Amino acid sequence: MVLKTLDVLGPLHGYGIARRIEQISGDLLAVNQGTLYPVLLKLEQEGSIASEWGASENNRRARFYRLTRDGRKRLEAETRGWEQTAAIIGRFFEVKPEDLR
Amino acid sequence: MRALRRFLTRLGNFVMRRRDDERLLRETEEHLALQTDENIRAGLPPREARRQAKLKFGGVATIGEDYRAERNLQFIDAFVQDIRYGARMLRRSPGFAAIAILTLALGIGANTALFSVVNGVLLNPLPYPQSSQLAAIYGKTPGVYRGPITYLNFLDWQRDTRTFSSMAMYRNQDYNFIGKGEAERLSGYMISAGFFSTLGVQPVLGRTFRADDDRVGAAPVVILSGGFWERRFGSSPDIVGKSITLNGVSCTVVGVIPSSFTFYGQLRDVYTPIGQWNDPSFRDRRIDMSAHAIGRLEPGITLAQAQADMDGVARNLAASYPEADKDVGITLSSMKEDMVGKVQPLLLVLLAAVGFLLLIACTNVANLLLARSMGRSREFAVRAALGASQMRVIRQLLTESILLAGCGGALGLLLAFWGTKAVLGALPAALPRAGEVSLDSRVLLFTLGVSLLAGILFGLAPALKTSRVNLQEILKESGRGSSGARHRLQGVFVAAEVAMALVLLIGAGLMVRSLAALWRVDPGFNPSHAITFDLSLPAAAQTGSAETRARLRLFDEKMRDIPGVEAVSVTLGSRPMIHDSSLPFWIEGQPQPATIQDMHQAMFYLVEAGFQKAMGIALERGRFITSQDNENAPVAIDIDDVFARAYFPRENPVGKHIHLALFNVDAEIVGVVGHVKQWGLDADPKSAIEAQFDYPFMQLPEKLMPLVADAVAVVLRTKGDPTAVMGPVRRAVEEIDPREVIYAVQTMDEVVANSFAARRLSMVLLGIFAMLALALSCVGIYGVISYLVGRRTHEIGLRMALGAQRSDVMRLVLGHGAKMALIGVAIGLAGALGLTRLMAGELFGVTAHDPLTFLAVAVVLICVALAACYIPARRAMRVDPMVALRYE
Repeated sequence: MVLKTLDVLGPLHGYGIARRIEQISGDLLAVNQGTLYPVLLKLEQEGSIASEWGASENNRRARFYRLTRDGRKRLEAETRGWEQTAAIIGRFFEVKPEDLR
Repeated sequence: MRALRRFLTRLGNFVMRRRDDERLLRETEEHLALQTDENIRAGLPPREARRQAKLKFGGVATIGEDYRAERNLQFIDAFVQDIRYGARMLRRSPGFAAIAILTLALGIGANTALFSVVNGVLLNPLPYPQSSQLAAIYGKTPGVYRGPITYLNFLDWQRDTRTFSSMAMYRNQDYNFIGKGEAERLSGYMISAGFFSTLGVQPVLGRTFRADDDRVGAAPVVILSGGFWERRFGSSPDIVGKSITLNGVSCTVVGVIPSSFTFYGQLRDVYTPIGQWNDPSFRDRRIDMSAHAIGRLEPGITLAQAQADMDGVARNLAASYPEADKDVGITLSSMKEDMVGKVQPLLLVLLAAVGFLLLIACTNVANLLLARSMGRSREFAVRAALGASQMRVIRQLLTESILLAGCGGALGLLLAFWGTKAVLGALPAALPRAGEVSLDSRVLLFTLGVSLLAGILFGLAPALKTSRVNLQEILKESGRGSSGARHRLQGVFVAAEVAMALVLLIGAGLMVRSLAALWRVDPGFNPSHAITFDLSLPAAAQTGSAETRARLRLFDEKMRDIPGVEAVSVTLGSRPMIHDSSLPFWIEGQPQPATIQDMHQAMFYLVEAGFQKAMGIALERGRFITSQDNENAPVAIDIDDVFARAYFPRENPVGKHIHLALFNVDAEIVGVVGHVKQWGLDADPKSAIEAQFDYPFMQLPEKLMPLVADAVAVVLRTKGDPTAVMGPVRRAVEEIDPREVIYAVQTMDEVVANSFAARRLSMVLLGIFAMLALALSCVGIYGVISYLVGRRTHEIGLRMALGAQRSDVMRLVLGHGAKMALIGVAIGLAGALGLTRLMAGELFGVTAHDPLTFLAVAVVLICVALAACYIPARRAMRVDPMVALRYE
């Protein structure tokens, strides 16, 4: 989700990412926003995203995260993986009892 | 890949100590500010907006914790923390730490020392390239499994083999060397041309021998050892091509081999080509001249394949030369096995012994830790109450014990370093390859492994016990009282210690009994006040027999003039426990056997009239050889009682004649002397030639005199300390001829002791280990009992207040100790019954299940254990009931 957000919106600070996830999920995933930061750090240490200081909308210093090349590849891979999984699961739900006879 | 990257970054963070939390703080702040603004925009009052933002963000502390966990390697952090904490705990109880570290150092040190010996002697390959291809090649005759080989047979073996890429022969040969300064006796080998190339040794200078050096009539050449080259020629690089004079012959130096080169542990000075030696006996296929051979197997050939090949070679030769080779076989063994095979079982027994010692040390420390952990149970309860997981507590305790083991290991390494040196220095004759023993990387790795293992071993049980506590119990108990399970564990530990100490003590006891039995064996001669040495004579090829005899008679005369010398004899042939030599013979009046192989063999001693007195041999019948049995008289010999019983069972041998085949003389038996233990005190008499006879030196056949002209052996009997006469002896020899040299001086006491040096070494070591084990287990028993007494002061006081007598208290405490000791002794006896069988081969004159040793050791151990209990028991007896009760 973090990677996709960054992919769609470009470089973003932590609050922005949190808001975006909240909006898209329609507030269904309203966990504590703070838990986002350890996840960001993990992604960064794995090399999928990079970060630097920049100025936020109200001109204060904020840390901006952006996708790296590795991160983009990872996003693609995971997207494919997810689509496959979703498709498989989807097919199971589509199956009606009479189809199996 | 990603996981690796993440790990590396975290490791980097850890190493760089990057742990500022500023970034997270700022991001949090920014996040909250943005959310607050958003909330205000949504119409909330500022304070409420801020509160809502914080609520939505979640617990800052928890998130910070997760964040830090992600950033750094938590377990390393915790480990460093534990080590710091552990070190602090140990510093706070220096007495405990010192005892624990010292105990472990003893255990680890003993293991390291012994492993370094095993490593150097048994595990490391011999110091030659591809040394596993090297084999020792022996001649096999009935009764002699590993014997010398004759030159002509060697040449045929070398020609006919299809499994050896090369073979080489060597024979001891010492030389008189007169350079600048005093005369010197050089040790050397006569070698065949392929000797150094077979071993894979390259000269540092010049070349080794070629096939055309190695034949009769070739120009005399010599190879020097690096050591001799340094010592006498100052490592001069232009030595090659120069000549040195050996035994009066000028030899050209063709090469120098490295000073590090040793062969069967021997450093020699010079090497000469064996093929130039044209002595007729040497070139007789029937006569062995104490020459031996080695070979290098073709790559990929096993020893068994080579053995099959050589068996075929021997069969062919037996068919071609039935008179000489009818029963001659070939024995092969790997060179390493040949060098160290004899000490292997002994070293393994010792390794097992130190293993036990380490186990005892670990048990002891585990007990100490257990006792201490009871004092610390409140500490752990508090920690647990504050949220430490059981795993975390175990980890911390294990870190502490590994810290202890690490300190013990470091100290043990130091002990091992000195200990190995001391033991090897004290008994140099005991071990082959002793010079190659060192603390190399494999030993260090072993020590590290053993220390870690020990740390976990003794740390785990107490750690598990301690961490599995009932919080409430302990906090409620306010530090007194404890669970019975832990006392039981202590009891188990003590019993195990006693059992292991008992096994070690029994092992040591059996060795002591073996040695005592060995010392009681009568060697057949009187070793005290007797001394023997070798004497080199300035002989050359043209030295006549008369000259040699005259020289030896002059020597005898001068020796007898020295005050303190009671008897003297020049000797050759066999010397008890030093050199073996036998001769074939047949008894006059019986049919002459067709070949030498069919004749009887007897050990022979070339002696003079003084030999019987100098050696202290009993005369049983007739007379001993006198100075009248000289070159002009008929040959007279003395036989020993074994000879007499074997070949003249129901008659008086005096006056009978035997024919000595190789000497080609008839000899009259003039007396019977006592049997001498030629093969060492512990030798098995069934496997070797036991019949012996003494032959007058002066009656040696003319053709053999040149063989003995350049060196003889001497035995002297003295009134007092035999080493004290060596000064005057050397001066007298110097006076006769400065070219004569004395070397290889040994008192006969030393000779006897060296004949079982390896056994003595193992007894000394086993004894040391057993004593350490005894001491450690005593400390263990003492510690546990006094701890229990301390714990039960209150109970004892109560009992006494209720009317118990002091003797009752004594019985109570001693009974507790005795129970542990008895259980340990019972287990130990059972264990020893099984384990001592493994060392049966090292024992002499006592069985592996010697009941006396078992009983004595068990009784001693129980007494010592009770003594260790007695001190705390007395303290318990003196408990004042009032004080004990008020202690509440």
